Amino acid sequence: MLSYLVRRLVQFAGTLLAASLVVFLALEFLPGDAAQVLLGTEASADTLAALREQLGLDRPAAGRYLEWLAGFATGDLGTSHIYGVPIAGMLGDRLAISLPLALIAFALSTAIAIPLGILAATHRGGPGDWAVIGFAQIGLAVPNFWFAILLILVFAVHLGLFASGGFPGWEGGIGPALRALVLPAAALALSEAAILSRVTRSAMLETLGQDYIRTARAKGLSRGRILFGHALRNAMIPVATILGLQFAFLVMGAVIVENVFYLPGLGRLLLQSIFQRDLVVVRDLVVLLSGFVILVNLLVDLAYAAIDPRPRAGVQDGAAHGAAHDGFAHDGAAA
Amino acid sequence: MSGGPLIRRLWHARRHPSLAIGAGLTALVLLAALVAMIWTPYPVDGVDATARLGGPGLAHPLGTDHFGRDVLSLILAGARTSVAVGLVAVGLGLGLGVPLGLIAALTRVPLVDAGVGRLADLIFAFPAVLSAVLITAIHGPGAVNVIVAVGIFNIAVFARVARGAAIGVAAQPFVIAARAMGRRGFSTAMVHVLPNIAGILIVQATIQFAVAILAEAGLSYLGLGVQPPQPSWGKMLADSQTFMFAAPLQAVFPGLAIMLSVLGLNLLGDGLRDTLDPRLKILRTA
Repeated sequence: MLSYLVRRLVQFAGTLLAASLVVFLALEFLPGDAAQVLLGTEASADTLAALREQLGLDRPAAGRYLEWLAGFATGDLGTSHIYGVPIAGMLGDRLAISLPLALIAFALSTAIAIPLGILAATHRGGPGDWAVIGFAQIGLAVPNFWFAILLILVFAVHLGLFASGGFPGWEGGIGPALRALVLPAAALALSEAAILSRVTRSAMLETLGQDYIRTARAKGLSRGRILFGHALRNAMIPVATILGLQFAFLVMGAVIVENVFYLPGLGRLLLQSIFQRDLVVVRDLVVLLSGFVILVNLLVDLAYAAIDPRPRAGVQDGAAHGAAHDGFAHDGAAA
Repeated sequence: MSGGPLIRRLWHARRHPSLAIGAGLTALVLLAALVAMIWTPYPVDGVDATARLGGPGLAHPLGTDHFGRDVLSLILAGARTSVAVGLVAVGLGLGLGVPLGLIAALTRVPLVDAGVGRLADLIFAFPAVLSAVLITAIHGPGAVNVIVAVGIFNIAVFARVARGAAIGVAAQPFVIAARAMGRRGFSTAMVHVLPNIAGILIVQATIQFAVAILAEAGLSYLGLGVQPPQPSWGKMLADSQTFMFAAPLQAVFPGLAIMLSVLGLNLLGDGLRDTLDPRLKILRTA
């Protein structure tokens, strides 16, 4: 396990470094440079030269790349061109909205999906099972931003129970702030609950068919004890690994949903920065978000390896990769 | 029924519920896209200030938008955009990802396999929304962003799927025998491996097509994808939000179009998986 851990950590560091290089180079070689992009085509040569000096663009790219990486290590992410404030502080403020949003959506989707998956598996072929299968199919097909708009239509426009968007801030109290996150979290949770209920159903069905469950039944254990004491604990192993991937998808999904509800989180900041051409913020945010995806993949791999020895031993079979394929298939959907 | 084993199996499975419903919905979306290439009930750029935000009626079955344009025509033209983006993005993934996956699986050079694996890791670090943001920074917003963002992601998806499936097939006695008889790597891949992993690739293609439709709609909703006047379901939803109080139905029809397209492709994928690889069905419903 130790050599596998070291190998994966080296791969993690390499992928992280490569991702940062891709982002740096992509923005380094865009038509014109950051100064030109900020000032537009009408700017005079003197103004451009002054801004280039201020932004450090007159120095070699390799040096600036290394400085940028060092900044990540020290927490100095540079200064926003548009707002003129340190980016680290901006990200902290935005994270105070995005992180609770993702956590609420995560809790909501888990609370809905796991009972539904268990219900479907224990009533296989019955109306409950078909209802859960139908819910999962519809949940996967409904884009989160459309579901968000429908939630606004019903709960804000028609029933007036929630605001249609915006965020009152945590200073005004936890109640109003959480209230503003309910509809966005519900919008994010739907597709995640759909995926998770399918995975839970499959894992439970597989576990319920195992010999030790048959033995437990033969021993006369109660249905509840078999279900919750034996089956659920083992079925949760694949579900737990998928949960990690789901959290990364939720953060990506939040980029769109925050914009539907005008929530000033990281996703809204990313979009505002791209349209305001605040490329330093775009660069930092893209690297941080892609780094988060790489980290989640690493943690999921390590958790999977701790449970299943095959990846550690380098065994490449379909079953060992099945869960990963499922996750990849839905990754784009989260976009 | 004549034809290859793949076609024969599909023909026999035509009454499979997921396959039938999925194929029907997908055919409907493809038909809408094809029809919109030559005809829409009204011109999609036909602005009519006197018919703004009109409800459904005989003249306009799905109503009109804030420019007075016919919503049905926009939905049909939106299907054309979605299908085009999906086809190119999946084509990119298949065309570049599958050869990469086969090379990684069959060359038996650890460095090549590791190289393809790390490239896929790097691509997976950039979900479509992040790639689209980067491409927008370089190129400005546009449909190409969506195609490139989803297409690059698909390269990694198909490389991983093809590699995993090809490793399994390459270990089969008939492939080992073919190699022992002197058949070269490329010929082995084309004659023995590719036909045996075609089912898995077709199933993955339907899933990635659905993912591409969702990504196109999402990115166009954000303003990073398809730009006006080119119609897009995602852009229609973004516009509908502005007029949510005056014309709530505007937010319903484009969303339904996306949902039915994705539902159709997902059901088709499930049906094809059950039909083309019964082992997966056993695993899934065990």
